Amino acid sequence: MNNSVKSLLAVLFGLLAGAVLMMLTGHNPIEGYQYLVQGGLKNPERIGNTLATATPLILTGLSVAFAFRTGLFNIGAAGQMLVGGFCATAVGLSLDLPRGMLLPLMVLAGFIGGALWAVVPGFLKARYNVHEVVSTIMMNWIAYWTVYYVIPAYFKGDSVETESRQLPANAMLRESWLSDMFQGSYINLGFFIAVLTVIIVAFLINKTTLGYELKAVGFNRHASEYAGIGVNRSIVLSMFIAGGIAGLAGVAQYTGNASSIQIGILPSQGFDGIAVALLGANAPLGVLASALFFGLLYSGRGFMNAMTDIPPEIADTIIAIIIYFAATSILIERLIRKLRLRRSANKKQED
Amino acid sequence: MWTTIEQIFPYAIVFTIPLLITALGALFSERSGVVNIGLDGLMIVGSFIGAFVVSKLQEQYLGSWWVLWVGLLAAAAASALFSLLHAFASINLNANQIISGTAINMIAGALTIFLARNITGSGNIRVTSGFKSFDFPVLSKIPVIGDLFFTRMYPTTLFIIALLLISTFMLYKTPFGLRLRSCGEHPHAAEAAGIRVRRVRYVGVLISGAFSGLGGAAILLTYSGEFNGNVAGLGFLALASLIFGQWKPLGILAATFFFGFASTIANVSQVIPSLAVIPPVLLKIFPYVVTLIALVIFSKSSHAPRAVGEPFDSGKR
Repeated sequence: MNNSVKSLLAVLFGLLAGAVLMMLTGHNPIEGYQYLVQGGLKNPERIGNTLATATPLILTGLSVAFAFRTGLFNIGAAGQMLVGGFCATAVGLSLDLPRGMLLPLMVLAGFIGGALWAVVPGFLKARYNVHEVVSTIMMNWIAYWTVYYVIPAYFKGDSVETESRQLPANAMLRESWLSDMFQGSYINLGFFIAVLTVIIVAFLINKTTLGYELKAVGFNRHASEYAGIGVNRSIVLSMFIAGGIAGLAGVAQYTGNASSIQIGILPSQGFDGIAVALLGANAPLGVLASALFFGLLYSGRGFMNAMTDIPPEIADTIIAIIIYFAATSILIERLIRKLRLRRSANKKQED
Repeated sequence: MWTTIEQIFPYAIVFTIPLLITALGALFSERSGVVNIGLDGLMIVGSFIGAFVVSKLQEQYLGSWWVLWVGLLAAAAASALFSLLHAFASINLNANQIISGTAINMIAGALTIFLARNITGSGNIRVTSGFKSFDFPVLSKIPVIGDLFFTRMYPTTLFIIALLLISTFMLYKTPFGLRLRSCGEHPHAAEAAGIRVRRVRYVGVLISGAFSGLGGAAILLTYSGEFNGNVAGLGFLALASLIFGQWKPLGILAATFFFGFASTIANVSQVIPSLAVIPPVLLKIFPYVVTLIALVIFSKSSHAPRAVGEPFDSGKR
């Protein structure tokens, strides 16, 4: 069965399960979904916000998907994103440069920060065969606590204790013409970074020798080694790139969508990235599509919550259920196969 | 220094217990061959159901001793039920166990808050009172040991230590334990010996679910007192303890106590002069860094169950 059909079925079942949940808790699901979609798409401002919400999801999804292609499960996108966002914020707050130089420098800092954070698990995997799932989780918490203490120590906010100073407008990804075009939305240059990254990654995976080697390692580590591919190098490199992409998500989130970095919270987009990658079948375009869909759910839920009294967490619940269905899509395949068998058996009997 | 340790110890034990029981549950699951990364979600479910049941019962039977135990049992049952989702996906459907576990985490995190908001509006559920700590009679009078282990202890501590002993006995001294371990090492040999691999793995995952639920409820009923939608990542820490403890009950006990002690020290470091000189960030990241180092050290001689994480395909030899 085709991957996109599988994903669409998973989405369908997820939405159905969400409807059942709304009914069980005494709400009207049709009304709920109506407001959910309206909240995400009703006017240009809301569309812009949906795109902005989707931006970090595109990047974390891409990060997870990229690592997955090399057979690595990057569960640490949250930490890499946090570190990337932190590095970009630190650069933005401490350097006083013209915008044309500052922004690229911030993006670069974000990429390098996330990449280095992911290289540690990559190296441990390549050199010592330490499972990346556990090591990336550890790195998540190390990132969490490091940022927790470094932000108040060096970049303390003016009024609120739990966030950094506000970035000056000069050091943010927001552009006035873009906000005007979307009538005051907080959409920003991050979205273009994300789309550009999708294109680059698609090219890298599908059209380059490096991409071929990384995929080969993902398919069969031993065969690749036998064929002369530097497996250890590929693993470290793959984590480097995946971490860098997650770092870009941090740049988009903390210097574009938000104007400061909060402490005491691991960005949920890191974990949602796993969902995005899975639903998008680890393909760059699939990731883009599913991130936009999740972005719609996330940005519409506030409006839905205001118009009905359905708790906004319904969006998270639906996404989680979609992932479960995507993981168990084999069940649907089996059902279809069984139906086909029965049909052909019936035909034979008729003949 | 000694008084400091004496003061910290009871807290460290209280903090260790939820980790211990959750990691112990994961031991059953992984020893039977199923990776369970959904521990965090299962703990959240336990914490939610525990808070829900206890707060409802306390409206009527405030002060009755059995209410809290009913809450614990309900939490274990609910989490066991919830872990069926993971068991079904990874045992019957041969799904990727890590993805299925991640889905469990996400569903639990989102669904429980969704339901809690429908109940209380704010998404937090408070219980009126949790377990009371007490000094164990006689034993707390023993010098040194009494002060460290038997003062200000909770009934849950005794309960969970008992479960640890029973689990160890079950795993190593009963036919069931031998079967469970064989399914995680060499499921095909186990099958050839007449063991129903899938069924044993179901039991492993269910025990893991029930124990995680106990862990979540233990957090709620000892030191937190409120369900707020997460368990501060303790489920992941439990998973790390399992690996750190090299898939053995006593190893897990040591690893979880290490985490419990290290976290407690980090939490109280600011009020203890001899610790306040160390930057708190170092104390906070210390357990995680040590885990990474331990993983490197153990990488050569890992005692991971050989078939863990692999779907069982009866036809594949």
